[in-house]
Amino acid sequence: MSRMRCVFGMLAVLAIAGCTVEDTTPGDVAGGGDVKRIMVDGSSTVEPITSRIAEKFEVEFSDVQVPVKVTGTGTGFKELIAGRIDIANASRPIKDSEKEECQKNGIEFVELKIAIDGLSVVVHPENDWVTSLTVAQLKKIWEPGSTVTKWSDVDPSWPDHKISLFGAGEESGTFNYFTEAINGKDGAITENYSPSGDDNVIATGVAGDKYAMGFFGYAYYSRNKEKLKVVAVSPTENLADAVAPTPETIEAGTYTPLSRPLFIYVKKASLSRPEVEDFVRFYLGAGQAEVAAAGYVALSAAEVEASKAAFESAVGK
Amino acid sequence: MSTPPLSVTPQPSDVQSLKSVNFISGSDSTIRRRLFLSRVFAWCCRIATYSALAALVALLASIIVNCLGRLNLSFITSVNSVDPAEAGILAGLWGSFWLISLTTLMSVPLGIGSAVYLEEYAKDTWLTRVIKVNLSNLAGVPSIVYGMLGLTVFVRMFDLFGSSAAKSKAINLLGIVKIPLPLGDIILAGALTMTLVILPIIIIASQEALRAVPSSIRTASLALGATRWQTIRHQVLPAAMPGISTGVILAVSRAIGDTAPLIMIGALTVARFCPAGIDSPVKLLTEPQRILQAPMDQFTAMPIEIFHWAKQPGDDFSPVAASGIVVLLLVLSVFNGFAVWIRYRTSRGLKW
Repeated sequence: MSRMRCVFGMLAVLAIAGCTVEDTTPGDVAGGGDVKRIMVDGSSTVEPITSRIAEKFEVEFSDVQVPVKVTGTGTGFKELIAGRIDIANASRPIKDSEKEECQKNGIEFVELKIAIDGLSVVVHPENDWVTSLTVAQLKKIWEPGSTVTKWSDVDPSWPDHKISLFGAGEESGTFNYFTEAINGKDGAITENYSPSGDDNVIATGVAGDKYAMGFFGYAYYSRNKEKLKVVAVSPTENLADAVAPTPETIEAGTYTPLSRPLFIYVKKASLSRPEVEDFVRFYLGAGQAEVAAAGYVALSAAEVEASKAAFESAVGK
Repeated sequence: MSTPPLSVTPQPSDVQSLKSVNFISGSDSTIRRRLFLSRVFAWCCRIATYSALAALVALLASIIVNCLGRLNLSFITSVNSVDPAEAGILAGLWGSFWLISLTTLMSVPLGIGSAVYLEEYAKDTWLTRVIKVNLSNLAGVPSIVYGMLGLTVFVRMFDLFGSSAAKSKAINLLGIVKIPLPLGDIILAGALTMTLVILPIIIIASQEALRAVPSSIRTASLALGATRWQTIRHQVLPAAMPGISTGVILAVSRAIGDTAPLIMIGALTVARFCPAGIDSPVKLLTEPQRILQAPMDQFTAMPIEIFHWAKQPGDDFSPVAASGIVVLLLVLSVFNGFAVWIRYRTSRGLKW
């Protein structure tokens, strides 16, 4: 018994003596191990692109792991401000208030445009009265305190039937962008719609109701083309100027005002780590082929070059 | 606790008296009406049962039909992918395994210990009464609230070690494992949070089980000269074991399916690695040092992966999500089967 106590005592002393407190190296795996890890957080819209590129990257660089968290653009920026992540996925540009907080914490970042999304307004395929809408008409339907309850409220020649509206909930960057572009103010929207954080719910909702209308990212329309009809949007008062979202119109920038750029924000301090540098270079290089596969629209060659230049100058610094 | 069933065999005299009461107390029409009402009530109860069952069967059927195209061995031996034909649940399966193992390891001794103290030792003071009432309240708190608590206390540790990950420290234990400070979004932090979620449930279930042990057993044991500890160890705990183990396993089953606190503490959404690189049970034996490293690694879990697949655009990933649900349900049934087995084993040993 006393011998066992002795052995345990010695083991305990050894364990305590073997404990050292040390600073952690960014990129090291917490438990210990020989792989490097890049931390990515942020928008659910950008996640499919980053995940696709990360998976391809891990095949080539087998000692690097790139897990992705999905918490939304705003939370992603908060994590970037706190210095907890290397890359933030974002479906909107960083706000001035967020920039200031970065400065306060001594966090420098580089903004890289990586793809374009066209927010798509969709209706039921049997809807034969709407093929295009002006921004003013959309605003009339979606603005706060909207008086539109029936289709005939928008245009008297349309059916005298209740309109049902589906859209993203307010935690989403899609919601921020749509309300800003259509209603002129971030967060302003009619009380008369069914919000959902799950874009598949919106797709199912619109596909199941002849008198429904909804909006979401282009990826969700492109995966549901047979179930939904997309509406062309005219930035002017004239319906003849309406443009439907297609990869060509979104890339060319003629689909306005609902085209939006997607970004990644890379912490500059992390770029000194070779695995982060490799990953971002891969993202803007070979990885760009994954943008279309994820259902979004790839940048034009000139825009890719602009992003690459911004990245290389940040690395060189 | 199983009590011997009461004798319910009707005696002939009982039946006769019942019949006579029926026939004396009313005319033919009132009897018919009462019998009719009785039948209506029976049908209402039947409909209630079968409608619940029908919903369950419909749900299971749709999931199983949906998973047929994807569920095979490769689904549980491969990690997540953007290609639905290759996406598997291995990373989530191991993440959930570590999470649940650690949660059980921490919550069971704490839970049963607290229950034994509250039922067997604690005097009935205002403090113990406050604790007992609040245990039921805590069991009803939504798990996301515990997630927020876990984020502050375990993941960030009140920012005591600096709020930025770049400046954080780690305890290096004999060069084998590094324990980060603050913990961050690692399995250990998740397991501590999950322990908080299920601890009240385990304590309440254990209390009920201990309370169901007849006090005559305790008095008899003490009267024979046994100490309090001997009484608890040899009489009370074995008698309460069936109830305690059922409560523990039901609580753990709840923890397996719970997503909200994990999302809150920052579990990974998309990860293609298993904690500490342990991707098969063989590695547990061949590389035992990784067993210490795994709790300190980041992780994803089965319900998080299922949720992620269900949110993918289009229908491509719905067979994958359905397969994930089936795997989760299988794991849950194994746990529940285990509960039944333990209940059977422990209650068989009871002699009195």
